[in-house]
Amino acid sequence: MADFLMPALGADMESAKVAQWLVQPGDRVKPGDVVVVVETHKGAIDVEIFLDGVLNDLAPEGTDLPVGGVLARVGKADEVGTAGAAAATPTPPPAPAAKPTRVKTPAPATAPAPVPTSAPVPAPAPARPAEPATPNWPTAPGTRVKASPAARRLAHELDVVIETLTGTGVQGSVVRADVEQAAALGRATPTAAKASGPSPTRAPRGGFDAAMMRQAIATAMTRSKREIPHYYLSSTIDFEAANSWLESHNRDKPPPDRLLPATLLIKASARALAEVPQLNGFYEGGAFRPGAGIHLGWAIALRGGGLVAPAIHDADKKTLAELMQALRDLVQRARSGGLRSSELTDPTVTVTSLGDRGADGVLGVIYPPQVAIIGFGRLFKRPWVVNDQVLPRTLLSVSLAADHRASDGHLGGQLLAAIDQALQHPEQL
Amino acid sequence: MNTPAKTSKGATKRAAKAPLQKPAENVVPECMNYREACRQGIREALTNDSRTFVMGEDVGRYGGCYAVTKGLLEEFGPERIIDTPLAELGFTGAGVGAALGGLRPIVEIMTCNFSLLALDQIMNNAATIAHMSGGQFAVPLVIRMATGAGRQLAAQHSHSLEGWYAHIPGLKVLVPGTVEDARHMLAAALADPNPVLIFEHIVLYNAEGDLDPSVQGVDIEHAKVRRAGTDVSLITYGNSLPKCLAAAEELAALGIDAEVIDLRVLRPLDSATLIESVSRTRRCVIVDEGWRSGSISAEIAARLAEEAFFELDAPIRRVCGREVPVPFAMHMEEASLPQVADIVASARALVQKA
Repeated sequence: MADFLMPALGADMESAKVAQWLVQPGDRVKPGDVVVVVETHKGAIDVEIFLDGVLNDLAPEGTDLPVGGVLARVGKADEVGTAGAAAATPTPPPAPAAKPTRVKTPAPATAPAPVPTSAPVPAPAPARPAEPATPNWPTAPGTRVKASPAARRLAHELDVVIETLTGTGVQGSVVRADVEQAAALGRATPTAAKASGPSPTRAPRGGFDAAMMRQAIATAMTRSKREIPHYYLSSTIDFEAANSWLESHNRDKPPPDRLLPATLLIKASARALAEVPQLNGFYEGGAFRPGAGIHLGWAIALRGGGLVAPAIHDADKKTLAELMQALRDLVQRARSGGLRSSELTDPTVTVTSLGDRGADGVLGVIYPPQVAIIGFGRLFKRPWVVNDQVLPRTLLSVSLAADHRASDGHLGGQLLAAIDQALQHPEQL
Repeated sequence: MNTPAKTSKGATKRAAKAPLQKPAENVVPECMNYREACRQGIREALTNDSRTFVMGEDVGRYGGCYAVTKGLLEEFGPERIIDTPLAELGFTGAGVGAALGGLRPIVEIMTCNFSLLALDQIMNNAATIAHMSGGQFAVPLVIRMATGAGRQLAAQHSHSLEGWYAHIPGLKVLVPGTVEDARHMLAAALADPNPVLIFEHIVLYNAEGDLDPSVQGVDIEHAKVRRAGTDVSLITYGNSLPKCLAAAEELAALGIDAEVIDLRVLRPLDSATLIESVSRTRRCVIVDEGWRSGSISAEIAARLAEEAFFELDAPIRRVCGREVPVPFAMHMEEASLPQVADIVASARALVQKA
């Protein structure tokens, strides 16, 4: 048995509401499956699972769960039918149609038992969604958090779910004081979840709370400016070559196949990051950890305010056409709801472009725990000296805000130079 | 609680001047060094019990390798202060026989490294005869040994083997770390009907401390809290005790309130005091000059893991001697031993917030 936990969809997320299960209890799931929709301040997010097995004990829809709260339990395929004869003989993995008998059936729709709701509870809110058959202590392997023996015992006594706590001890372990604090705040206890009331109806998909998002952005950006010693670099890029290449490339294409300048900016940034990998990754626990791949978070402004920066995975390896497609898809889903959880958790760097209605340049604020944000201004025409001649050129301002704990300006300069270099040869992108 | 021993350069001079008289009549605390405290303990035993005598290499005319028995030959004569040949197995065996015969011998072995020559008498006879004889014979023998490193005596004179002896059933193993224990542990050891080993640390001989005249004896059963604290327990003994107390002061300056426990007795180990302390502080660093593998620190760590597991808020840490023969060169010898900075660093790592 392993627990399927509410993921942290960004540094600014503390909790989310279970909006809709896309699978039934007892369904077989495999890594990468989208199994549940949760409502966050970034809208409705499709959460993928990265466990293999049979899903059980789903948290009722409408439950508010903190990051790390148990969404469901995942048993091995042959672990489920233990109630019956299935245990006696090894059975092949059950087909999705033939659902094995479930040992325990939480039925939130009809259960007379108190149903956890999203009724006002302090966030991050309760963790145990329903009455668990076994205490959450000790935890199943694979989902184990580091906690001191003393902390575990106290958590057991106080009925605190240790998996939802942030440790302050050695190696980030949860220590007694963390449990005491959580208990004092009334957090993370299952009893806090037992506000009775009707199961709330699911909010329309894609809806997000603008105020909540504002709050989340405020939290993340305040943390960024408080913790991260930013340094800023900027330079002006001659975009003439890129511009004329785009014009000639798009000239004969039907509109759906045309490329936007943004694709060049994404590809050039991704290429440059491959050359300067020290700016692609995270600063955590006092050290830089390089990202596993260049997953470029593309900042998308949302109608009604707010923004989100979901990942374009492996942006350095995608063709321009693939990037264009990814960009369209991402923008559409960001605005209508339906981003996948991995798209929110994976970005290793952020790129923001204010587009043609924006400003000449932008100096970004890093999204923690990332270490860099690359900013592009709008294209503008100015007199420019080329080969000792003053010529009208299309220019582009590019900036870098980077975490001085992880890198120095010299390296940042290399990144901007590499972006410039890449944009001088758009045909090679 | 008495004042912990502290090192002083003028200690030898003071010791020479110190009068050989009973301290009991004094009402103000008397400052003396550890060597003098050991000597007063022996003098008291020789004075109070005619069955008691001292036997060992160079204990008489030379006054003891570490000058602990200086002057005793003149005072008590050659029948009570016996210079032996360089034959540890022989004179330790003589001590076992004397104890069986009704005397109360105090055998001095120059350093615990040499005690390996006498190991057969210590383990197979002294520690075992009460058992082998079905309780008919007791061996009320006391063996004093110098132990430890820190005076550039190199690999054959600097080791800490008290942890080994703590392995042996039938022995009591005492490790006085203060002037008070140096002064009073001998009497308790002689009163014990079974063999007792006392390990005197060679660096502590010059350490000074106040002797409270109102204390007329100590137990040889309990560990003692030498400094109360709330954040981390430093468990130690012998010459690592002053180092832990110094570390506790440095930690206090960093806002970490360390408790320092002096084990005093390595066998039988006073688990209850350790568990009680760790149950309050929930973190512990064990500091032991001996080698880490199979050491008394390992035993303590195991007991805490067995009996206080659910009290712990952090992994148990140890600061031990490096696992090398103790080097001669001063800087290397220092590097091979637990030092204050190592203790501070270990304690900080446990208490530090993530």
